[in-house]
Amino acid sequence: MNEIAGLFNYWVVVFLMMAGFYVVISQGNLVKKLVGLGLFQASVFILYITMGNLSGGRAPIVTEGVFIYSNPLPHVLILTAIVVGVATTAVGLALIVRIHEAYGSVEEDEIHALDMADDDTRLQEGAGQEESSE
Amino acid sequence: MLIAIAAIRMRDLFGVVILFGVYSLLTAVLFMDLDAVDVAFTEAAVGAGVTTVLLLSSLRLTRRWEAPPRHNPFFSLLVVGVTGAALVYATLDAPLLGDPSAPVHKHVAPHYLQEAAGEVGMPNIVTAVLASYRGYDTFGETLVVFTAGLAVLLLLGFGESGESRIETSAIHDQVVLKVVVKLLIPLILLYALYVQFHGDFGAGGGFQAGVIFATGFILYDMVFGVENARAVMPAAWLPRLAALGVLIYGGVGVYSMLAGKPFLDYSALSADPVHGQHLGVLLVELGVGITVFSIVLSIFYALSGRRRQS
Repeated sequence: MNEIAGLFNYWVVVFLMMAGFYVVISQGNLVKKLVGLGLFQASVFILYITMGNLSGGRAPIVTEGVFIYSNPLPHVLILTAIVVGVATTAVGLALIVRIHEAYGSVEEDEIHALDMADDDTRLQEGAGQEESSE
Repeated sequence: MLIAIAAIRMRDLFGVVILFGVYSLLTAVLFMDLDAVDVAFTEAAVGAGVTTVLLLSSLRLTRRWEAPPRHNPFFSLLVVGVTGAALVYATLDAPLLGDPSAPVHKHVAPHYLQEAAGEVGMPNIVTAVLASYRGYDTFGETLVVFTAGLAVLLLLGFGESGESRIETSAIHDQVVLKVVVKLLIPLILLYALYVQFHGDFGAGGGFQAGVIFATGFILYDMVFGVENARAVMPAAWLPRLAALGVLIYGGVGVYSMLAGKPFLDYSALSADPVHGQHLGVLLVELGVGITVFSIVLSIFYALSGRRRQS
């Protein structure tokens, strides 16, 4: 019983991580993929904070009469990771906006189809030019 | 967890984004429960606040509805299931929650907890580790944020297209909203400053303060229009401010090097080492705060200033 309670947080992390992973690999919409990445990222945050927790511990701010604190190191890592995470998400969003301007779509399949069609026309054009030069 | 599932199932992206914000807020509550106050603080401000706003403003530029899925989901479900099973199997050997003998608590953490008050002289150990013991990492992360901000600006332009949003939003007529926001903004900015400079003693620090300060401006922008916000904080200043923040951080390091100590050794800043540490942490956090604030705000300007191209 004790074991189940102790490991429950890890299972939540695994579940959330897999949920995010599923979104990233199976959904075609780019914005949703980013949300999936966010889910995945948050699950990693929870994993770190879970590891830093100590039973009976308090938040790592020195106060008199408190001797057990949770581990501050994972907190520092995750604190900066969250802010870096939002910055990288913003880069992803900027890329999506540019993709939408270039292709008029944020669905992976449609973009792929447009790319293929573009390649085909270019190949045909190239073949036509070779013929005319000969 | 349920929220996460709902967010995956929904095809209305607007709803997805809002649910994602709720999910972030719940995560913050969980962090609070696990004694990570600083992290909870950051997650609440960043995840539930800024990320949602940024996602929404890019939804404005793309489209709201997702196309129905065309793939068969079973293959990806299979991959996810197998990976998940392997990970769950791995957790069976993991240390239990709150176990004091876990390897995480054995290495450098006890040193930080016992010595930080004497060596750095501040009660908030998270800030002490962040800015002093692991100052190199934090410098690197500030640079990452700076670089990411520059990347966004390069992709979207510096938001100075001249022709800003022409359509007036319905929000302009909301008198109640305007009054409430007018009352709130000074409090938000004041609170951000408190978080910035009180980070040594309580929860908080440059990262959170920068985000909260930027949130105040984003709120102003949303309610009072982009022209007014840019009159207060011109978009052209922001990259310079961001560079200034990095410069302050790096300058502290270079100064301590010139004073004959290693890079980012704050005891060079003052005759008394503990006082020097204090001053160093304060300056470094200021640099971090300025950089994060200006990058977050300029990303928002870049995303919101761009007009929808059909």
